[in-house]
Amino acid sequence: MIDRPIYLDYAATTPTDPRVVDAMLPYFTTMFGNAASRTHVFGWQAEEAVEAARREIATVINADPKEITWTSGATEGNNLAIKGAVEFLRESGKKHVITAVTEHKAVLDTCKYLERHGVDVTYLPVDQDGLVTPAQVEAAIRPDTALVSIMFANNETGVLQPITEIGAICRKHGVLMHTDAVQAFGKIPLDVEAMNIDLMSISAHKIYGPKGIGALYVRRRRPRVRLAPQIHGGGHERGNRSGTLNVTGIVGFGYAAKLARESMATEAARILELREHLRQRLMTEIPHATLNGSPTQRLPGHLNISFAYVEGESLLMGLKDVAISSGSACTSASLEPSYVLKAMGLNDELAHSSLRISIGRFTTLEEVDHIADLIAREVARLREMSPLWEMVQDGIDLSTIEWTPH
Amino acid sequence: MAYSTKVIDHYEHPRNVGSLDKNDEDVGTGIVGAPACGDVMKLQIKVENGVITDAKFKTYGCGSAIASSSLVTEWVKGMSIDKAMEIKNSQIAEELSLPPVKIHCSVLAEDAIKAAIRDYQQKHGTPAAE
Repeated sequence: MIDRPIYLDYAATTPTDPRVVDAMLPYFTTMFGNAASRTHVFGWQAEEAVEAARREIATVINADPKEITWTSGATEGNNLAIKGAVEFLRESGKKHVITAVTEHKAVLDTCKYLERHGVDVTYLPVDQDGLVTPAQVEAAIRPDTALVSIMFANNETGVLQPITEIGAICRKHGVLMHTDAVQAFGKIPLDVEAMNIDLMSISAHKIYGPKGIGALYVRRRRPRVRLAPQIHGGGHERGNRSGTLNVTGIVGFGYAAKLARESMATEAARILELREHLRQRLMTEIPHATLNGSPTQRLPGHLNISFAYVEGESLLMGLKDVAISSGSACTSASLEPSYVLKAMGLNDELAHSSLRISIGRFTTLEEVDHIADLIAREVARLREMSPLWEMVQDGIDLSTIEWTPH
Repeated sequence: MAYSTKVIDHYEHPRNVGSLDKNDEDVGTGIVGAPACGDVMKLQIKVENGVITDAKFKTYGCGSAIASSSLVTEWVKGMSIDKAMEIKNSQIAEELSLPPVKIHCSVLAEDAIKAAIRDYQQKHGTPAAE
């Protein structure tokens, strides 16, 4: 019996690993210097720690430490990459961006902002597995295309885009390639050289580091990527991003990245095993359960399943003391069901009926079995209460009914 | 968002879940909402001598939608259909302490009882009273 809340929302954020907290602590108190202070030991200690962390991050993605710019997180990284690259390249007449409809809002809203300022944006649709094809990207490239921005792994479904192939196409056409890799970084191998990535946004709090610190990889050679800074000031981070460095956060991010790199192979295998156990239980024990997103091209820890005829928020309410999220409109501020699932062709009803379960470092088999039991019980209970389930049992085709939308 | 204790109570122990025979002359059925909007309510009443003697519901929707329909079935039992026609969504929202974002659940419950009454009245040739 489990008597504490179960956390299965690792795609939203992760607890900071206690080892990471230990690594950070001295930088709050004794080694609290400003990394930009050049005249005393406090500054030197801080700078040394920042540069060590930069090397850790660079190692994970096969980059040079000079190519790592600290940010406050992936939202800022996405803003800086897209606005910064486009603003710089506009002087040479480039004013077109290619992205996909299933991107995170930090990318989509940045693109919408650019559209209001005269930039053309192509939003590529995805197939039913949530995938963009390299051929779609190639067909959308124009002579004035500045940048392609396609996420590495989707936050709702965990679906992995064919980044290596898309990167190769961008390189061939001389177009910059940005990827929001916040879900993938530290979970699966990433290599900016082999994958032809020019800009990559990442964040610490998805890999058991602290919130409020992230980084943007900015390629320096072949090609050298130039960005117009979005935050102006003292010229920190080679002028890419001014502002006193968050030394404690950076130290934590560096240490979290080191732990992630060292344990990646074993951790990914363990998490994948748990996820597959959960997926098989849910899909065999519960009728009308469908997996959302490619069954093969996905992160190890993500599971997104729709339980037809049961509304997602009511299901979450039944899963007391379990932290997971839903694609239901009722759980979002906008009252719209998941645009990611709808873009994959799910109807509104199945999008309303979806759960996202994300497994991580501290998840146990006992927890996974407990949640499988709970979901099966609650889905059955709510279906007994569902008029849609009753109609389907009576052989009524729901699509033939004239509903009264409100 | 935290749910009120009354919403949780109705969600965990819904009153009057089930179905009545929709072909029964004494039964009125109202189905409102749409799956695409995330909520569908089916509310049924059994009427004898102008008084609602039984009520059943089934709801696909969030906890607040389930609670709103459960509450309404509890309220209308023993009520005359004229009185039931006067139930306002604001009363439901107040009783369940629904936050503004969930007011539409109470509106749907009001629509459901009105639809059930109209269905009953149509079966009996009574003009639907607004």
